[in-house]
Amino acid sequence: MGHLIPSSIAPYVLPVVYAVVIVAVLPLLAGYIVLLERKVMADMQARLGPMRVGPHGLLQPIADALKLLIKEDIIPANADKLMFWLAPLVSVTMALLAYAALPIGPSFQIADLNVGLLFILGISSLGIYGIVLGGWASNSHYSLLGALRSAAQLVSYETAAGLGLVSALLLAGSLSMKEIVQAQYDQGTWFIFSVPVGFFIYMVGSIAETNRAPFDLPEAESELVAGYMTEYSGFRWSLYFLAEYANMIIVAGIATTLFLGGWLRPFARWHDHFPGTSLEFFDVIPSLVFLAAAAYCFYLAPKQPVQIQKAVMAAFGGACLLLAGAMAAALLASPEVMAGVHGAFWFMAKVVAYLYAFLWFRFTFPRYRFDQLMRLGWRFLIPLALVNVISIGIAIVLKQSLGWIPFWAMLVMNIVTLGVAAWLATEGDKPEAALQTADTES
Amino acid sequence: MTNGHTTEVTTTVLGADEIILNMGPQHPSTHGVLRVKLKLDGERVVDSECIIGYLHRGVEKIAEHRSYQQFAPYVDRMDYVAAVSNGLGYCEAVEKLLGTEAPPRAKVVRTILTELQRIASHLLWLGTHALDIGALTPVFYCFREREEILKIFEKYCGARLTTHAFRIGGLQYETYDGFEEDVKRFCHDFEHRVDEYETLLTENRIWVGRTKGVGVISAEDCIALGVTGPVLRASGLKWDLRKAMPYAAYDQYEFEIPTRATGDTYDRYIVRMEEMRQSRRICLQAVENIPSGSILGKVGKVLKPPPGEVYHSIEAPKGELGYYIVSDGTTQPYRVRVRPPSFINLQAFRKMAQGALVADVVAIIGTIDIVLGEVDR
Amino acid sequence: MILNQVLFYFFALLAVGSAILMVTRRNIIHGAVFLISTLLATAGIFLQLQAEFLFVVQIILYVGGIMVLFVFVIMLVNLDVALRQIQFNRQKYLAAVLALVLAAQVGFALWVARAGLNLSNPSDKMPARNTEAIGDAIFQRYMLPFEIASVLLLVAMIGAVVMAKRRV
Repeated sequence: MGHLIPSSIAPYVLPVVYAVVIVAVLPLLAGYIVLLERKVMADMQARLGPMRVGPHGLLQPIADALKLLIKEDIIPANADKLMFWLAPLVSVTMALLAYAALPIGPSFQIADLNVGLLFILGISSLGIYGIVLGGWASNSHYSLLGALRSAAQLVSYETAAGLGLVSALLLAGSLSMKEIVQAQYDQGTWFIFSVPVGFFIYMVGSIAETNRAPFDLPEAESELVAGYMTEYSGFRWSLYFLAEYANMIIVAGIATTLFLGGWLRPFARWHDHFPGTSLEFFDVIPSLVFLAAAAYCFYLAPKQPVQIQKAVMAAFGGACLLLAGAMAAALLASPEVMAGVHGAFWFMAKVVAYLYAFLWFRFTFPRYRFDQLMRLGWRFLIPLALVNVISIGIAIVLKQSLGWIPFWAMLVMNIVTLGVAAWLATEGDKPEAALQTADTES
Repeated sequence: MTNGHTTEVTTTVLGADEIILNMGPQHPSTHGVLRVKLKLDGERVVDSECIIGYLHRGVEKIAEHRSYQQFAPYVDRMDYVAAVSNGLGYCEAVEKLLGTEAPPRAKVVRTILTELQRIASHLLWLGTHALDIGALTPVFYCFREREEILKIFEKYCGARLTTHAFRIGGLQYETYDGFEEDVKRFCHDFEHRVDEYETLLTENRIWVGRTKGVGVISAEDCIALGVTGPVLRASGLKWDLRKAMPYAAYDQYEFEIPTRATGDTYDRYIVRMEEMRQSRRICLQAVENIPSGSILGKVGKVLKPPPGEVYHSIEAPKGELGYYIVSDGTTQPYRVRVRPPSFINLQAFRKMAQGALVADVVAIIGTIDIVLGEVDR
Repeated sequence: MILNQVLFYFFALLAVGSAILMVTRRNIIHGAVFLISTLLATAGIFLQLQAEFLFVVQIILYVGGIMVLFVFVIMLVNLDVALRQIQFNRQKYLAAVLALVLAAQVGFALWVARAGLNLSNPSDKMPARNTEAIGDAIFQRYMLPFEIASVLLLVAMIGAVVMAKRRV
């Protein structure tokens, strides 16, 4: 097979294939994450969620996509046509472009850049233009202000999130996504256990960056200021929507790579720490998960009211069975293939867990008011992130120069950082009322 | 995402930085057709004006052309969220005019139903108020509880929302078999549910941040404006008509009147949560021993009260609901004037909104707990 | 090799075309958007020259920071006036002549030096890991200028906040 591909384009074939796979699968994946959100929302609100379109709502994303595609394309009369066309395009392009450097498995990466992490951060920050230009194109003063406000929120929390990432980078020693995961393998621990405060900062920052609750004031329905998406409908709106969920997956991917061990299996180096024992049964978990899902689908299939829904449910069950088979087959294949396939599974599992936290927060917490949001970002998160970076730096110095055991160095410095966090949190409470009256006086 | 959103900006620039922002009358958060004009200086509200009347149906004028019994269903439509209280106020006012009283059994059943209605009204308030501030989940839990109460109403009088539950002189329907069990079961379940809502909101930093210090009004301002109900009690004054001028069977039961000191949105939230618990307490005490006897007093088929006037008020969930009825000796009242709590309480909006941020306006409208049917009649 | 050339000409065309469009647009926001695409194209050329740190920094700082600022300012300032103004004035003929003279000079310089211009392989001149090399330079050899620049930026930030604070 290798002889058929001329050597001049051989290095480019695999990345192109990966790129095509990502661009093809991502809209489907985003649609199903929306379905997951609706089902989780319903579960937390004591109701069922979509149940009719496909069994248990499983075909809902397809119905929604079809509806959005065939909707009339309305352009406001006085809108700037170029910007109106460009804004959702910019959002989606940047969201998809960031996947170029995101590794989903040890070999599933379109481009292994030396500065992969910075690339992803930079490209996702370009998504601001989609928001700002969209607000501009709406030709409404308050839409524009809402868009600018959303952009300001994004920029502030990006700073905090980036600083949160720096603390993990100090431990990883490189910006290349592959080497970061390799560093977690070499050090034998996921970075979330070494820098939990950094993970917390990054999580809060990423929720604000993707405009999710409790930081979704610019998008809120009951607020006075109209959001930047107001004038968009049909396909253009679905592009914005896709960009938002693609962004969510990107930040989940970054968090997974940096803090949660990327594609590493839990306890990847158990046999190094505890020779003689082996946790290889973890390798069976991917197949078991899909088998359980298939069994559940087949269990539910006869209970569906309509014939076609039974068929669809059975089809989903069959697909889960195939995946279970693929996972099991990978066990018997060469180590690279197994690492690749299982790595992809563990990566996606961690991404889904991180996204579940996003969904959980959305339905539990009320919304922050915009000034409170900015105050939280600038007066709590950024100082905490700076202190965190300094303390992790000190921990590394303790580890390398003074020879402390890494575990104790990290523990002590994390406790120091948590103390600072507690102080910052209470310091923010007291003067807030005084600040408000001060604002009215000055 | 912001569907149904029709804010217009009239860019009348008054002075260097002031703009007028118009909110409503169609708006997801004005709880009805209320139009609010805000004069803004940047983010802060400098002044505001509430423009009402979009739901005016001429109820008081209609009353002059209906007999006393015929008018009773109309009062349900004023505060349509808490119809039973409206009915209680009206029936007691007419009974006062006639010089009679409902029999003891009717009084106790009226008390039970009114307290259940108070819980239902506060539940709806809590759900929508939390939804305005961004908490997407409590509204579903509140409506789940409200559903139980509405089921009891439906079993009792056939209607869930506009119940027309009471008659002048007492009740029309006897309590159904299992009424006491249903009420007891509801009160038993509700005890834990209220705590559930509290865990979601009361100690949540974001909730506290959005409600503490927002929409403050002092007790003196409340009294000056005539504001009553939970708004007054959250500002510090312990005034509740159920204790001050008892009606129905309230003097037979033990319950507390919750008050708070500051008068901000958070205090009003705490007061209403506590009121729900006290209402539950009243229901449990009342349902233990409902006296036996007749449910309808001796009032004739044709009601012709002697000429005179009466003002009777009750503590509705939203505040003091009063009826001023003037009779000229005929079967139709000469004048029925309703003192709606929401209408008077809405006056507090101007005071509360002064100096507030635009994002707080929605919270302030929600915390006063208005129903436009009552404001406009 | 061929791919290299194709990519280079693509980025170069994009950069030059966007630059021309930027200066000829009437609508300032359109001009800003074309400036953004010019900058992105030059970032692509940086990446081709194996200067990947410069590539990401161009994107993060220039396009993602400075241009965002530009766009904010343009949107918040009422620029309807500019749209109605006449774009060309009476000096356009003199300007065209001067531009042609400049183009002739540049063309002549390029012609004279054409032997030294080729699309060489830059990989032997660039350090293999850019970020580390720049980090070493900044934090060891050029530490003092770096700190001075940081303080300068801090002063500018504080000054901007103080000036923008609302006065009674």
